[in-house]
Amino acid sequence: MAADGQWLTFLALILPFLGAAAAPPLVRAFGHNAAWILALVPAFLFYHFAGFLGIIAGGQAVSGGYRWIESLSVDFSWYLDGLSLTFALLISGIGTLIVLYSGGYLKDHPHLGRFFSFILMFMGAMQGLVVADSFLMLFVFWELTSIASFLLIGFDHRREAARRAALQALIVTGAGGLALLAGLLVITLATGANSLSALLQSGDALRQAPLYLTALLLVLGGAFTKSAQFPLHFWLPNAMEAPTPVSAYLHSATMVKAGVYLLMRLNPVMGDTVLWETILPIFGGTTLIVGTLLALRQTDLKLMLAYTTVASLGLLVMLTGFGSEIAIEAAVLYLVAHSMFKGALFMVAGSVDHETGTRDITKLGGIGRAMPITFAAAVLAALSMGGLPPFFGFLAKEEIYAGLGFGSNWSTLVTLVALLGNALMFAIGFAVALKPFTGRFIATPKTAHEGPVLLWLGPVVLALCGLLTAIFSEISHRFISTPMASAVAGESVSVSISVIPHVGLPLLLSLATIGLGIILYLAIDRGRAAMASLLAAIGWGPDRGFDQFVRGAVRISAAITAIVQNGRLDIYMTVTFIFLAAALLVPMIGFGELPEMPAFVAMHFYEATILVIAIIGLAAVVYARDRLTAIVSLGIQGFAVALLFMLLGAPDLSFTQFMVETLSVVILALVMTRLRLSPADHRPLGQKTLDFSVASLCGAALGLLLLRITQVPFDPVLSEFFAANSRVIAHGRNIVNVIIVDFRGLDTLGEIAVVMIAGLAILALVRIRAGRPADKPVKEA
Amino acid sequence: MRTLIFRTTAPYLASLMVLFSIFVLLRGHNEPGGGFIGGLIAASAFAIYGIACGVSPVRRALYFHPTAISGFGLLVSACSGLLSLFEGVPFLTGIWTEINVGVPVDISTVIAFDIGVYLVVVGSITSIALALEEREHA
Amino acid sequence: MEPILALTVAIFFSVSIYLMLSKHIIRILLGVSIFGNAVNLTIFTSGRVVREIPPIIPLDLSVPDGITANPLPQALILTAIVISFSFFAFLLVLAFRTYQELGTDDTDGMRVAEPKGEELPPLGY
Repeated sequence: MAADGQWLTFLALILPFLGAAAAPPLVRAFGHNAAWILALVPAFLFYHFAGFLGIIAGGQAVSGGYRWIESLSVDFSWYLDGLSLTFALLISGIGTLIVLYSGGYLKDHPHLGRFFSFILMFMGAMQGLVVADSFLMLFVFWELTSIASFLLIGFDHRREAARRAALQALIVTGAGGLALLAGLLVITLATGANSLSALLQSGDALRQAPLYLTALLLVLGGAFTKSAQFPLHFWLPNAMEAPTPVSAYLHSATMVKAGVYLLMRLNPVMGDTVLWETILPIFGGTTLIVGTLLALRQTDLKLMLAYTTVASLGLLVMLTGFGSEIAIEAAVLYLVAHSMFKGALFMVAGSVDHETGTRDITKLGGIGRAMPITFAAAVLAALSMGGLPPFFGFLAKEEIYAGLGFGSNWSTLVTLVALLGNALMFAIGFAVALKPFTGRFIATPKTAHEGPVLLWLGPVVLALCGLLTAIFSEISHRFISTPMASAVAGESVSVSISVIPHVGLPLLLSLATIGLGIILYLAIDRGRAAMASLLAAIGWGPDRGFDQFVRGAVRISAAITAIVQNGRLDIYMTVTFIFLAAALLVPMIGFGELPEMPAFVAMHFYEATILVIAIIGLAAVVYARDRLTAIVSLGIQGFAVALLFMLLGAPDLSFTQFMVETLSVVILALVMTRLRLSPADHRPLGQKTLDFSVASLCGAALGLLLLRITQVPFDPVLSEFFAANSRVIAHGRNIVNVIIVDFRGLDTLGEIAVVMIAGLAILALVRIRAGRPADKPVKEA
Repeated sequence: MRTLIFRTTAPYLASLMVLFSIFVLLRGHNEPGGGFIGGLIAASAFAIYGIACGVSPVRRALYFHPTAISGFGLLVSACSGLLSLFEGVPFLTGIWTEINVGVPVDISTVIAFDIGVYLVVVGSITSIALALEEREHA
Repeated sequence: MEPILALTVAIFFSVSIYLMLSKHIIRILLGVSIFGNAVNLTIFTSGRVVREIPPIIPLDLSVPDGITANPLPQALILTAIVISFSFFAFLLVLAFRTYQELGTDDTDGMRVAEPKGEELPPLGY
């Protein structure tokens, strides 16, 4: 690619994050009209990426990037082909409309700036995800979308439901992200590729690798959580707790499509195997049917749309995994169509909610006259969703049926699943688009009227796109569908379907879908009641399972904490010292490193006397029954140590030890006049025996360690250096003092700082007065 | 403990100990001694004085709050290290010079550092001891 | 000399750990104080011992005359003694203040930070 364009793409990738930082001050300055300025960010992205359309339609891919961590061969690199480009355009294009829509929807919200910040952050993450080339970058952006969506879903954090939904989305998709990371690492292990572009050129390497199954399962773990495949779908409808612009953005074109993007991206290297073509259609098909049936049960406009989104994702996964070229073309067409009509319908639902104060479909009716533009957008979008000509959804639906067909029992089954799912989605789509606007007028909490331009611009543009892309299908195929389908298929394919219906099996199936859809639309109330009683009969679902999982995790952690941190100091100490003894003794015995039996050492009489005094002092401390004996005995062993230092050529240590022992005795005496030493050791005999064993074991282990240390050759380099240079360089004859104040002066500086801090802490402790009423309400009462 | 003899001798004992501590501090570079030992001796002197005559005479005699002395000592030590930066050598490198006041005397940043150590130890430990004694007589 | 010092260190450690395993805070403090001595002796011994010759350079020489005691562990221990004293004083005052506030010197009775039968953390969101 042209090197001079490289920095522009880099700018495009970081611009949303810059916008996120700029959003709060802009909102403070311009109020909700800041939306017009902030929309320039995605608009620039759209414009920039649209510039690549020509090159990529010519069958080329654009890549670029910068080295990031050279030694780990981690790059900040991107790879643009038909697939990523289409996604990039959807993200930035719909993003522009969403930013504008948010400005209208959250007009007087006190935290509008924060909202813009989050949504631009999310946009940047999503944009990075779809153009990322290096695996690490892919993973980072993948998890960044999870984090940004957590912030967006929990935007209204004062409501518990929003917090729960946010946490749920984060845990489910974040865990999936970790599976993806493991999967990417396995792929690198199996093929040596650490970027998508390298992987795509590796041909059959991954499919034939022995680690294929592991990699596949891990990658599917990431894709299925993100794209809400049954039974991990539950977080998506809960995420409707977010403000509607978030739902319209995350759950139409972006977040949830990331999983589908990943599957499509890896289809050329992982697809075309029996496993791939079994697992994907089964999960996808199940999700399609479950999603539509659950959608049927809902009365909330947003929830109905959310469940049909689950269903659509199932359909996409099913098509991606079906394995025929035409199915992949169908998946591509449906993905684009779905982004447009679902985005529009979510925004319509939001506008209705905003203008009437309710989203309950049973409490809405006849507001079409009050909101004509919104109504028109809704109908256009629903026509596309239902797959009627001349809309883009129609092209997708034709291609789906052409791709699946009745070639075998397997494809017949898949076709029937698709037919049923499509018919149900048809019914629900029209229920959302028609029920609130037509029929008898029902009074709503707010009097409905058409919203401001910010609110209807988005849905209208998206709905019209669904129409125009279909009418000018040649252009949209040349620039969008064909390059994208080629990228997904991994070979050059050509999409040529147009809005002019030609008689054939696909058309018949389409007609059957529409017929069945109309019947279901008319029976939707009965279906809802049936589903409600069915779900009530089942009772348990993965959503409730999530709650049980979270509660269980908290309970188990609390139980473990209660065992491990039981609040008993003596137990903590015993465990610590047992481990200390084990850590010293086990390696020494295990590796045969026990010290040799030392030869008999001659001792001077006075040395022996001092040691005996020290040991007597120690014994007296243990057996002391009153405080005076304890203090004096402690002093005895301390002075004995000081004498020992004196005899072993350490006068400095000896003096210091003398002074410290004196002061210790003084302050102990000062404190102990208040604090009594209990006359006897209250430990029961068993406890004493255990403590004695632990203590002896530790003592023996440390003694053996020391003995072993003194039996290895001594390395005198440092000591000799100090001895040789003490006078020559540092002008001091007392080497110990020279080391302290000169050679190791910085250590000493740190140490005197510690001494001073200890002094301050003691002062603070002494000064805090006891028994303030705030601390002890019980005693007051 | 507040016997008459103890109370009478304690101030003299304490002043002798403080003098001795300064002697130990200054000779520390060449003979056994140094800031830590000197500081501990001086702190013991103040502790003894405090036990014998109560805390307030000690505080009056010290004039500065012990913690302030300690903080000043830390400052002295740290600053003595800074001086070496002007010579273009690393922080805390000792710098020596000789001045003649009748007899030649070596002065150095190292001595200043040791004096800082002395002050920190005196200040901190005296403040600990006095705080505890104060509780005792409160 | 080293083997005997190793034995001494073993006794010091055993006594201090035995005291620290007690439930009475004063005994624990006595144990901590002895522990400091034990550690210092360990460092001292691992630098090898020499009898009676301090690491001081004679007035007329520029390097020590013959073998002296190892100065490095001495420098380490000297600061360690002062610091362990500061911490001993801190622990002592802490124990004293705890005794004043809680009215007990038994660690079993000190359950302010980790009370018995603590409730579960909130199970909601």
